[in-house]
Amino acid sequence: MSAASKAGHDDHGHGHADAGSHGTFKDYMTGFVLSVVLTAIPFILVMGNVLGNDRITGIVIMGFAVAQIVVHMIYFLHMNTKSEGGWTVLALIFTLTLVIITLAGSLWVMYHLNTNMMPQHMHMG
Amino acid sequence: MATHASPAMNFEPGRSPSVTIPQVDPTAFYDAKGEHHPEGSTMLGFWLYLMSDCLIFAALFATYAVVGRNYAAGPSPKDLFDLPLVALNTSMLLFSSITYGFAMLEMEKGDLSRVQIWLAVTGLFGLAFVGLELYEFHHLIHEGATPQRSAFLSAFFTLVGTHGLHVSLGIVWLVTLMAQVHKRGLVPENKRRLLCLSMFWHFLDVIWIGVFTFVYLMGVLQ
Repeated sequence: MSAASKAGHDDHGHGHADAGSHGTFKDYMTGFVLSVVLTAIPFILVMGNVLGNDRITGIVIMGFAVAQIVVHMIYFLHMNTKSEGGWTVLALIFTLTLVIITLAGSLWVMYHLNTNMMPQHMHMG
Repeated sequence: MATHASPAMNFEPGRSPSVTIPQVDPTAFYDAKGEHHPEGSTMLGFWLYLMSDCLIFAALFATYAVVGRNYAAGPSPKDLFDLPLVALNTSMLLFSSITYGFAMLEMEKGDLSRVQIWLAVTGLFGLAFVGLELYEFHHLIHEGATPQRSAFLSAFFTLVGTHGLHVSLGIVWLVTLMAQVHKRGLVPENKRRLLCLSMFWHFLDVIWIGVFTFVYLMGVLQ
């Protein structure tokens, strides 16, 4: 709350209305280099079949995707816990909760529907 | 009933003077001159829009996750996806992200012509991305892998197409802003709009990370 009101007072100066949402050249370059590395490795792993095991490769590239999303959030979208008095982070956490419920819930429910309601089961029953 | 009602009736007249609302000038709440309008509220509102857009993509990702392996005896991701093309596409979007970042840095310095140059470069990378995606779609449809072919292809075209549509509209927005910056310069309003587009553009890159990992790379792995 105090951070929000402080930000509100800073906003009176013209031109620098959104001091919190800018990055520096170094920020952008760091984010870019990290993104290139985190993109290149999954492509190499899959195209070269480096690990030799599809399941392990899948888990590893999902990890790289999560890492790259965090990098983008920090270096390109300039997320931090202080911007807008913490409301952006709160909205993000809420959205992520809904995203996880949507994804995990859909897969869970539909998997059970698929396995329990196969036509073969109905013939046997 | 009566015993309950009478004390209340007796109580009301005595109590009413004490609950008078303090007299406040009702216009004091309104900012008629528009002085107190922290720019941050626009950015927060736009962030909330992006979060709701994120939920749309979550629903599309969930759909793809559920029906992504229902090929209906049609082609599978392994038969269709061309990973070098996807890698090229991904790099186009990544380059456009960093060039938009450069445009933002020049905007802070107030260098109008360099802002325009970097925005134009960003737009060209965006066009390259959309062009490659349309080429891929055209190729798939030409091979008979149309959205009608299987549940997998319906979900694929919906998810990737929605992302491509976002990027296309982002390019329209970018061109509009370039015209506005050309006409009015780097006034606070244009800076605010450029910051909103910046968030939109980087957000689309974040969604693309999910697409190339979950749809293309994982699809080829299966």
